[in-house]
Amino acid sequence: MYKLESKNVDFFYGTSQALKNINIAIHPNTVTALIGPSGCGKSTYLRLFNRMNDLIGNTKINGQVLIDGDDIYAKGVNVDSLRKKTGMVFQKPNPFPKTIFENVAYGLRVNGITDKKFIEERVETSIKQVVLWDEVKDKLKKSAFELSGGQQQRLCIARALAIQPSVILMDEPTSALDPISTAKIEELIYELKSKYTIVIVTHNMQQAGRVSDSTAFFYLGELIEYSATKELFTNPKIERTQNYITGRFG
Amino acid sequence: MSHIEVEMQQLKAEIVEMWNLVSAQMKTAMVALAKMDKGLAKEILNNEKKVNSLELKIDRDCENIFALHNPVANDLRLVLALLRINSNLERIGDIAASVAKFINKSDGFEYKGLVEETHALEMFEEACDLVDDVKASFETENTQLAESIFKRDRTLNELNKNARAIVIAHIKKDPENVESFLSFLAIIRKLERSGDQSKSIAEELIFFIEAKVLKHAPKAEGNKLN
Repeated sequence: MYKLESKNVDFFYGTSQALKNINIAIHPNTVTALIGPSGCGKSTYLRLFNRMNDLIGNTKINGQVLIDGDDIYAKGVNVDSLRKKTGMVFQKPNPFPKTIFENVAYGLRVNGITDKKFIEERVETSIKQVVLWDEVKDKLKKSAFELSGGQQQRLCIARALAIQPSVILMDEPTSALDPISTAKIEELIYELKSKYTIVIVTHNMQQAGRVSDSTAFFYLGELIEYSATKELFTNPKIERTQNYITGRFG
Repeated sequence: MSHIEVEMQQLKAEIVEMWNLVSAQMKTAMVALAKMDKGLAKEILNNEKKVNSLELKIDRDCENIFALHNPVANDLRLVLALLRINSNLERIGDIAASVAKFINKSDGFEYKGLVEETHALEMFEEACDLVDDVKASFETENTQLAESIFKRDRTLNELNKNARAIVIAHIKKDPENVESFLSFLAIIRKLERSGDQSKSIAEELIFFIEAKVLKHAPKAEGNKLN
């Protein structure tokens, strides 16, 4: 069964159509890169999977978006439960104005977990998963703002992992980071793939090539090409994809 | 034109220069063999240095494009193909140089009859034509022309096989001159290998233009093209 799927999805901001008949099926434990020029709909598409677009007024969706075969836009779906399945990481690291420990514990606390030992263990596991533990284990009570940009982004990933999602959505997670921090996040994506299904929006073609198994190219709200990354970057089937990835667009 | 397009145009121009140089070397070697002309042989050996240095320059330029521009899709296939074509062309250049060395070392043995009997010049002409035709195929991105090379390479293989039988017969008849006969046979083999190099170039062109990999393809698949 596919982990994530969209069937004939249209999405509208008011009267403006942002996505047109998008059909994508994503296997579990894979990394899928969404690429395309600004305004092509790739971030809108990413946010369909945790219903983040619901927070924007006057939007409309047609078609089906499925996680583990269940339509997440069906009536009666509990959005809070859905969001526990789908961790999200944003373009700029956005730690809360709290300690390093509390940033990672936050998701657990808002979900009503009070067991101190359980929280401590989960925080440690999550920080270890993002390979940040050795760097922060002696300053867990310090503010998250004391960390570097790259460390903050890994902390945000640890925060997303703490609630044990099965899907991680990443919206340009390294665009504000230096090459070393970028390499660490990319390495992390590779490591996390064995446990999670990851969808990443990126403007960096080389990053899409390095981290993803499949790539979807969006243009003006349409899915132009969706195929194995190796195929798309060596022998794209659609000329528009070739023009975009080789930088000869427009 | 974007930066990468400028770099690619320069790279293409360099490979065409390499092609012209190697083609001229082969044609000079053919004339030199027909006349056993040591003057022309010297000229070929002097130009061989140019072939080698141009090969190194093209290698370096390909490396730079990989490192600085991260080519993908058709750009990637073009740089990969040119890198390998560059090496194929250099080897064809080596074949012309081998002919020149053979002429230089010839010690008064009369090769004229053997050249005629084995159709060595005919082979040479075909080898030169293949080099020029794969170049035309590259310049016009004509894969049909590239595909025709596979069949024509077989002509060279046939001529090589016949020449071998003729030279062996001569060795049996005149064993005292076995060294001269074997040196000549080595040249014939190299001409046959020049056809193999042109065939490899044709495969690279089809890879670049159509993204099809023909290298090591089963015979049945190769036959489809013939």
